[in-house]
Amino acid sequence: MRIGIDVGGTNTDAVLLDGRQVLASVKTSTTADVTSGIVAAIDGLQRQRAFDPAAVRAVMIGTTHFINALVEAHRLAPTAAVRLSLPAGASLPPMVDWPQRLVDAVSGRSYLVHGGHEFDGRHIAELDESELRKAADDMGEAGVRSVAITSVFSPVNAEFETRAAEIIGAQLPDVAISLSHEIGRIGLLERENATVINAALRELAAHIVDGLSASVTGAGITAPLYLSQNDGTLMDVDFARRYPVATFASGPTNSMRGAAVLSGLDTCAVVDVGGTTSDVGVLRQGFPREATTDVSVAGIRTNFRMPDVLSIGIGGGSRVRGDAGNVTVGPDSVGYELTSKALVFGGDTLTATDIAVAAGRADIGDASLVAHLDRGLVRAALEKIAADVSDVVERMRTSAEPLPVVAVGGGSVLLPDELAGCGEVHRPENYAVANAIGAAIAQIGGEVDRVYVIEPGRREAVVEEAKQEAIDRAVAAGASPASVGIVDFDEVPIPYLPGNATRIRAKAVGDLQLGA
Amino acid sequence: MREITADDLHDIARGAAILGTGGGGDPYIGRLLALSAVREHGPVPLVPLTEVPDDAVVLPVAMMGAPTVMVEKLPSAEQVGLAARTLAGYLGKELTHIACAEAGGVNSLIPVVAAAQLGLPLVDADGMGRAFPELQMVLPTLYGIRATPMSIADEKGNRGVLDTVDNRWAERLARSATIDMGCSAMISNYAMSGPQARESLVPGTLSLCAELGALVRAARSEHADPVARVVERLGGRRLFSGKVVDVARRTVTGFARGEARLSGMDGDTGAELVLRFQNEHLVAERDGVVEASVPDLICTVERETGEAVTTEGLRFGQRVTVIAAPADPRWHTPEGIALAGPRYFGYDIDPIGVAG
Repeated sequence: MRIGIDVGGTNTDAVLLDGRQVLASVKTSTTADVTSGIVAAIDGLQRQRAFDPAAVRAVMIGTTHFINALVEAHRLAPTAAVRLSLPAGASLPPMVDWPQRLVDAVSGRSYLVHGGHEFDGRHIAELDESELRKAADDMGEAGVRSVAITSVFSPVNAEFETRAAEIIGAQLPDVAISLSHEIGRIGLLERENATVINAALRELAAHIVDGLSASVTGAGITAPLYLSQNDGTLMDVDFARRYPVATFASGPTNSMRGAAVLSGLDTCAVVDVGGTTSDVGVLRQGFPREATTDVSVAGIRTNFRMPDVLSIGIGGGSRVRGDAGNVTVGPDSVGYELTSKALVFGGDTLTATDIAVAAGRADIGDASLVAHLDRGLVRAALEKIAADVSDVVERMRTSAEPLPVVAVGGGSVLLPDELAGCGEVHRPENYAVANAIGAAIAQIGGEVDRVYVIEPGRREAVVEEAKQEAIDRAVAAGASPASVGIVDFDEVPIPYLPGNATRIRAKAVGDLQLGA
Repeated sequence: MREITADDLHDIARGAAILGTGGGGDPYIGRLLALSAVREHGPVPLVPLTEVPDDAVVLPVAMMGAPTVMVEKLPSAEQVGLAARTLAGYLGKELTHIACAEAGGVNSLIPVVAAAQLGLPLVDADGMGRAFPELQMVLPTLYGIRATPMSIADEKGNRGVLDTVDNRWAERLARSATIDMGCSAMISNYAMSGPQARESLVPGTLSLCAELGALVRAARSEHADPVARVVERLGGRRLFSGKVVDVARRTVTGFARGEARLSGMDGDTGAELVLRFQNEHLVAERDGVVEASVPDLICTVERETGEAVTTEGLRFGQRVTVIAAPADPRWHTPEGIALAGPRYFGYDIDPIGVAG
């Protein structure tokens, strides 16, 4: 048995799975401390279908905490970006293309210092230790708590990043340090962006991971705890502490994979309506369509591979304002306070959930509390929601033929049975907990990242060897051999090492061996 | 378009990257550099080629190096103005116009940076109508216009001026210097008069870049196929759609050289396409048969969005469409083919045109 948990901004969902069979599923409110919400969700599973905590083999958690922190620009640590590149790179300094509010939110400080490598291993400039120590002093005075270090060509030679980390770490022993060569690939701006985001999330990650671990242990479960990553694979919690940025797009990935499994459709638009946002993605032949190179997260470019998702601020907790003639829904939401603020729960705020209950589409809270709502307003709000969502589905469509729509997430009761221009809306069984199911059926990855010597004429053999090793590692980690495939491969020649040296990174992914 | 404003840069970068045939630099970096220059100095006037006066002193500027390096060791804007001023000083002439040597994500926008910095108009034209890897590979060479005197500048402040016996020597010596400068340098060369510019450059290239960028953007918002619109506008054809299954690239002799293998999808399922590149795509072989080659354009774009994918941007698993489009007819003259046809790059074949 496995437990999949999805911690959203509004709801915490949990499922108990045996293989791909859903034994129990619950939806509870996310709590401010996160932990008590998870405890409540696991308790709910226990009440729905009693299980022995010792029989749970793994707990998989998907969380949108980190991406939400970035989108909402709060709970981010004061962060410094150190780039070792001078005299190169000064025209496009760190965070050059970030939205200003995010630069402000991370109290973003940039330090351009000497260093970095040329393509052929020469130093662009020598590392200047006193320059770094001066930067560290300045960071200390400014209250920086997390540092991102990026050096030119560090994916090929990381020595400057490592040395800079030692120097800054010696001055500022309490700051977290993130190194770009561990996070990204060639392409300095995108790698640096990802590293700075990672740094800004480190404190939150420690806090969240502690909470997650405590709540699972508190439920008597001793099985390992995993977090889902951008690519649908899992990482252990210690990894998550150090690389929270790797969980970034797990929400959409989980909901799309969950929707694919639940609906059985392999080419469709997936609309995941949560408490705060609706995320729309596209499945093609069973795989989430990947974001193109110029798609960014919260307005920041990174070069992670992630699903192409468009979000709008419409969800179950969205505030509804105006009257029948002029209604607005969202983008602000009451979030996890839905159960105290919504009318159906005796609150005083008109939310999209109240509209759904008044229209008879959902049975949540006390329907008599919304019986007085003006019919015209209810109808107008639902039409507004349908129009906005179908507009996003339209924007995601890249070909002339209509895409079937699969609606998942608790808020999907807000959608009609037909969307203009898109046709029928499919609502698979367990649609409300698709995310948690996606987390629970997460895949297992195996990675290789090593420098190989490629003798003349042997490249293909070496590439095969690296791929096979990644596949073997995925299988060793619990992936079923039949399902494993290579999902990412990257090779960076190191021209100045003898023997045609090349850094090869390969990642293989497969489904978790059932019964594991 | 009579001037280039901040709002035009997205479309220009997007279109230029398509014409860049895999090279010509990264459109994101090109756009950011141009954006900060235009914000600081204001919009750049754009002059149609036919309106360049006889007494003009036109100076093309470009970035030289390996694309893989340009996305990692970022170019600096100061280098651009430095290269132009260095050459103007050597020539002892007052510059009147800036021009583009080639079309590409960086090389269509570096001239915008130079024009903004120097307060000069930019000519709506370029030297190729596409991007090519070597600096003698411009149409002005066919008209006997000399590449040198040329200037070269790096981010450390090193500068040089070359004066060579012919344009191939200019490439050879500039390439050596570029490698020593870390495979990325700013250059300024082919200084020319108004009549020389009007005769030898490809007219309307920047407008075409903006138009292609806008076509792709509009097609996406209308759910039409952006790739089809690009193919139609360029009078080319769709060669192949597939998934990138292998990319091997190395930075050698100052270039990003390598090949990419695509496994077919849609109507090309079961077939394989191999792209061979030297910064730019040179030949496309379908199941071992060359389907397109230089001097015609071979462009890789994302299959669904129509966004150009540069050779350094090609990644395992990407789904791309490869299109071929005819080059400026002057590239198909015997002299043009000798300068930039398949045999120059070591492929013992006659050029495979888009129609053929």
